[in-house]
Amino acid sequence: MTNDLDIFVGNTTLIDEEVYQLWLDGYSVSDAVSLRLRSGILEQTGATVDVLQSDTMDHYRTFHMLERLLHTPSKLIHQLHFQIPPSRQAMLIERYYAFDEAFVREVLGKKLSKGTKKDLDDVSTKTSITLKSCRRQFDNFKRVFKVVEEMRGSLVENIQQHFLLSDRLARDYAAIVFFANSRFETGKKKLQFLTFEDFAYCAEQMIQNWTLGAVDSNVDDMDVDLDKEFLQELKELKVLIADKDLLDLHKSLVCTSLRGKISVYNEMEANFKNLSRALVNMASKLIHTKDVRDFFIDLVEKFIEPCKSDKWTLNDVRLFLTQYTTSAHNLDAFRHQALWDRYMSTIKSCLLKMYHD
Amino acid sequence: MPGKLKVKIVAGRHLPVMDRASDLTDAFVEVKFGNTTFKTDVYPKSLNPQWNSEWFKFEVDDEDLQDEPLQITVLDHDTYSANDAIGKVYIDIDPLLYSEAATVISGWFPIYDTIHGIRGEINVVVKVDLFNDLNRFRQSSCGVKFFCTTSIPKCYRAVVIHGFVEELVVNEDPEYQWIDRIRTPRASNEARQRLISLMSGELQRKIGLKVLEMRGNAVVGYLQCFDLEGESGLVVRAIGTVCTLDKISNTAFLPACNSPSKEMKEIPFNEDPNPNTHSSGPSTPLKNQTYSFSPSKSYSRQSSSSDTDLSLTPKTAPSPQGPRIFLFPSSPTLSCGSPQLNKSCLLLPGSSLNPLHSSHVSPFVLRKSVSFTEELLLAGMGSGSAGKEGGPFKALLRQQTQTALEQREGSPHRFCRRREFPFFTLTAFPPGFLVHVGGVVSARSVKLLDRIHNPAFVGIMGNTRSYKLLDWNSFNSDEPETRDAWWAEIRQEIKSHAKALGCHAVVGYSESTSICEEVCILSASGTAAVLNPRFLQDGTMEGCLEQRLSWQPGFFSIGSEKGEVDFFPQNQDSSSLLGIEETSPPGCGFFHIPYDELNMPFPAHLTYCYNCRKQKVPDVLFTTIDLPAEAMVIGKGCLIQARLCRLKKKAQAEANATSISNLLPFMEYEVHTQLMNKLKLKGMNALFGLRIQITVGENMLMGLASATGVYLTALPTPGGIQIAGKTPNDGAYEQHVSHMQKKINDTIAKNKELYEINPPEIPEEIIGSPFPEPRQRSRLLRSQSESSDEVMELDLSHGKKDAFVLEIDDTDAMEDVHSLLTDVPPPPGFYSCNTEIMPGINNWTSDIQMFTSVRVSRLSNINLTNQTLNKNFNDLCENLLKSLYFKLRSMIPCCLCHVNFTVALPEDEVIQITVTAVAITFDKNQALQTSKVPAEKTLQRASTDNEEQLQFPLELCSDPLVSQPFSPAKEVLENAGSHTGIPAAQRAASLDKASPLAEGHLRHRSVPSCTNSTVSVVKMTPLSFIPGAKITKYLGIINMFFIRETTSLREEGGVSGFLHAFIAEVFAMVRAHVAALGGNAVVSYIMKQCVFMENPNKNQAQCLINVSGDAVIVVRESELEMVPVQPSAAVSQPASAGDVTT
Repeated sequence: MTNDLDIFVGNTTLIDEEVYQLWLDGYSVSDAVSLRLRSGILEQTGATVDVLQSDTMDHYRTFHMLERLLHTPSKLIHQLHFQIPPSRQAMLIERYYAFDEAFVREVLGKKLSKGTKKDLDDVSTKTSITLKSCRRQFDNFKRVFKVVEEMRGSLVENIQQHFLLSDRLARDYAAIVFFANSRFETGKKKLQFLTFEDFAYCAEQMIQNWTLGAVDSNVDDMDVDLDKEFLQELKELKVLIADKDLLDLHKSLVCTSLRGKISVYNEMEANFKNLSRALVNMASKLIHTKDVRDFFIDLVEKFIEPCKSDKWTLNDVRLFLTQYTTSAHNLDAFRHQALWDRYMSTIKSCLLKMYHD
Repeated sequence: MPGKLKVKIVAGRHLPVMDRASDLTDAFVEVKFGNTTFKTDVYPKSLNPQWNSEWFKFEVDDEDLQDEPLQITVLDHDTYSANDAIGKVYIDIDPLLYSEAATVISGWFPIYDTIHGIRGEINVVVKVDLFNDLNRFRQSSCGVKFFCTTSIPKCYRAVVIHGFVEELVVNEDPEYQWIDRIRTPRASNEARQRLISLMSGELQRKIGLKVLEMRGNAVVGYLQCFDLEGESGLVVRAIGTVCTLDKISNTAFLPACNSPSKEMKEIPFNEDPNPNTHSSGPSTPLKNQTYSFSPSKSYSRQSSSSDTDLSLTPKTAPSPQGPRIFLFPSSPTLSCGSPQLNKSCLLLPGSSLNPLHSSHVSPFVLRKSVSFTEELLLAGMGSGSAGKEGGPFKALLRQQTQTALEQREGSPHRFCRRREFPFFTLTAFPPGFLVHVGGVVSARSVKLLDRIHNPAFVGIMGNTRSYKLLDWNSFNSDEPETRDAWWAEIRQEIKSHAKALGCHAVVGYSESTSICEEVCILSASGTAAVLNPRFLQDGTMEGCLEQRLSWQPGFFSIGSEKGEVDFFPQNQDSSSLLGIEETSPPGCGFFHIPYDELNMPFPAHLTYCYNCRKQKVPDVLFTTIDLPAEAMVIGKGCLIQARLCRLKKKAQAEANATSISNLLPFMEYEVHTQLMNKLKLKGMNALFGLRIQITVGENMLMGLASATGVYLTALPTPGGIQIAGKTPNDGAYEQHVSHMQKKINDTIAKNKELYEINPPEIPEEIIGSPFPEPRQRSRLLRSQSESSDEVMELDLSHGKKDAFVLEIDDTDAMEDVHSLLTDVPPPPGFYSCNTEIMPGINNWTSDIQMFTSVRVSRLSNINLTNQTLNKNFNDLCENLLKSLYFKLRSMIPCCLCHVNFTVALPEDEVIQITVTAVAITFDKNQALQTSKVPAEKTLQRASTDNEEQLQFPLELCSDPLVSQPFSPAKEVLENAGSHTGIPAAQRAASLDKASPLAEGHLRHRSVPSCTNSTVSVVKMTPLSFIPGAKITKYLGIINMFFIRETTSLREEGGVSGFLHAFIAEVFAMVRAHVAALGGNAVVSYIMKQCVFMENPNKNQAQCLINVSGDAVIVVRESELEMVPVQPSAAVSQPASAGDVTT
């Protein structure tokens, strides 16, 4: 005796969060059943495998039908087809758009194109996340990107409005969109130690300070692109390293104030010029798209790694960067104070976030 | 021109992309009512068009208003080719036609297409201006309220309960017309949907007319069904109970009704001079004239003229002994020499050999009804028995109906319909309404559907409004008459069964059919009862006696003198009862036997009522009604099911009908046996809500009986089940038997514990023993073919008081005993019943989940036997239940209420089971409290609660208030929008564990977009109430019929995907209609039909679903109480404190 048809439909759509997670993780029905079996659910409920199988199938069907709506969450909220309490709707959306750390690290900064999608099976094998789940996550990134790419106003708010995501998740998506748009390189081996959270923080800092929206919120522009004018102006900072007097003065100011406060004083003193040159050179080159892409590699190679090799602590880095930034204000010959702050505050935040002890 | 219908099309949303090039749609809307069509402008290039149309006005008869649905079609404009239809919305405007219900229909409706399902939504506003039409010859019945609820609706009071109303309408099924071969599936489906909508509108209008005629203003327990008879057509039939209802708040109406006797007398006068009322109605057929005021005449004539009407029915029984004779079918009165006697004799061992056969009613009635069927068919066989198989059968049927018809035409009398059948479709009654309950009465009949071709008919059907052109009387008149006659026969049968039980009425009455090809089984069942006439004719006690006198003979319109004789003792009985009514303790009266103890209609074991010790009660009681609220019950109830399959040879027409009718008695008997055994196994003594469904398929018959078992304090404690071995000398066998016996005893003990059945021990002497041999045994036999002497022998050799003896005489019996024990109880925390409420649980929370589950199973075995079939069927049902328990585990502790199983056999070896039920969470803590094990704190609260309840019995129901704090999170699930504050945080908190992004959820509360959803929550339940809420308004009946078809079954996820989506769509459309009426819940929801057909080879499937219910507005009791409770609590607090100190 075989069941050709086996369905359960509730007036309020029944959603099992556990099964939803399995579905999101891309497991097939049979895999999901065996995973549920392992969780000991049968012992708790006294059910049989058949029951579990039928239950899983039911939920998968429901999720499959809901998926179409989840692509446009506003539809899910307003549709009449499935009666789902708002709190559950929010849960469905939030979980559907949630992504795996491992996956996002693979895709972050890559072009969200068909080519990348084709490579997802590699990502899948590497991260041991099912291909199905990878595709869902990738499609989510792409969908969000497409919708908000050309939109005015705050990136986070746009995402929140269109995809009804929580504040936190919307910020994450903003970072993903931002990274995808500027194609920041994040996949190099040297960057592997950085988490998505690090990048997301950096992205947020950059969006807040380096995009057009940062200067004037009323402007008809998006948070997605960096402020070209600002990048152009950054060249002016070169004076800090080009003018030898200025560089020396800057160094002495920093050294004076840090003496006795920083544990790696000697190393700092020895390395000051290299570090300063690295930071200012990066600034001056950011107008080139290629250098924007390498932004994080540059930060790691030219600043973090030297400091690491000299065993700077995070506190040392903080003290140094704070002093390095503020000391520039005391350089009378240096006139780009506002520009300097706009650049350095973000750099400082990023570096501190990226500098893991 | 009594009505003006106004429609405004506001906007659309989420429309499908109809133009691939632009990914957009140029949508416009056609609004059609009757013959008139309006169109909106095209709203170009948008998936969310804003039409904001003018008001489209239709000026129509109120008759049309009742019959026609408003049809809204959304189309995509195409400049070069034909416009593509996106989908349709049918709106039944009936709820706008009576003043107390909705005043406007306004809201978003899903746009539905029979091929694609829901495709976007449309916002529509509908209003009706109705001019009062005082024409008494009118054909409309606007203003009559309809309720699916099978009890007096919550915010009404029944002034008079008039009685039974029925009607049916017949048409050709568009699916089977020639035109169907050339039109698209969509066109065909839409024609069908529209036709059915029209037919049910018409039916409702006609029923309404009858209601007005009977002086009622409402139909309660309205049950409308479709019989898809295939080639022979489509029948829409309905039954209901006519009442005069009065809004509870409205007291002005009361005095007018206080002179009921007068009003009653007026009825005939009022009706007689109005022959037009009947003749002009296209639908009030001859039937109106069928049963006359002095019906004895027509009945006797009928019986004498129709030679087929042989014997078994009481109407032909000349003996003054009355009904008693049927109970001993072996008595010579019955020996009419026709072959059906053999049949009845076959059954005899079952009845006559079990002198104490438990259920005092059912066995008898089952047998009775069966013999009726037999009678009809076999009489035919008999007359033709000399020759071929079924040749004369059909002719015979015809003959019979014809004679019946002739009589009808000939009868000059006409009287109020309620005299015809004293039936009530209600299952719950106002207190005091039920005086006695007799037991279940049922009747079945096997009929052959014959085609009635009418060449003129087919041609017109293609037209848009063809249906209206047809006048049933002139055109297709014999068809509804045939169906009417069929049902009339069955109802007559039921009535006589009830009479045999000493009851004058049947309550909890329902009718159903099962159709396979040409064969149709008609079934009717109900509970015989004695009612308090006060409610039937209203009035005060003084008017009561008078009414009784005038009323009863009218009621028992069977045989004039005989009727009086028959009912004389009963009259006495009930009038004496009327006297003691006040003194006899409440809660047991309705279980006292209504029949005369000395002239018992069938063998039953009677004892004095365990409650009042004054009247006799049976040892087991079966009923089709809900447990009366006053009934005293120990412990909890449980769902009891009997399941049975019987193989049958494939056959054609008459031969098929014959073999089915041969099988029926055995099935009925075994179903009953199973029910009885399972009831004993549960340690209970009464069944409520019994529903036996017999389904016919190509090569098998299925029987499924569901009921809720309870332990009534008034009835005696059931004895156990004792197993009797066939070969007592075999040691190993003996051991096996004793092992089984032990298992059974253990199960009974376990069940008693599970359902908390712990009746107080009553010493034998107190009860008194009215019987000379109180130690008589009741026994139950499996096999009917056994010879009687053998049985007697065994009967004497085993003896245990009140024990049921199960005899294991062969492997079949062994299987049966095993299957008894395989029914596993629901997992802890779960209870189930098929009645409205679960006895023993009264602390419901507002957390409810209505669901429908469908399973289709293919039997793989080629060599099917009855055993494997039974086992498969049993497993199917058990697994389905297990699956439900698993799915709803998050609601524990919870009870599945109103569990309704429907079995269909769509193909050979395919079984389809559909279950609809509602799961309701109850409060465990309070359950403890009521079971008198309160912790100190709860004790205190309980006492204050009690105080409050005493002082404010009406406003205050403490349950929802107290329960609220226990389940705030759950409530949120049901309660959209309004309460998202704190519970959302809890929700999120629970998410934390699982989600990697947990922190985000807490912040998420600030996201506004999720909470301002435009979709309002609509609760649905098969019950007549919403726990924790009060119904403040009934908005009208919801009765919807949908067809869904697909030609891409695989792409839609196979059969499961297809049906899952469709049922979800049906729910969505019901909710949308209720919301548009301004309602927030559907009560008494029922899925009456779910016909699923598939053709996997062609990648096609089709499904028809018919649902109905009452749209209502409910207000949560906690909200309702806000105002009155605060002060009252304040007042009662010191009072209770004072009590404590004293």
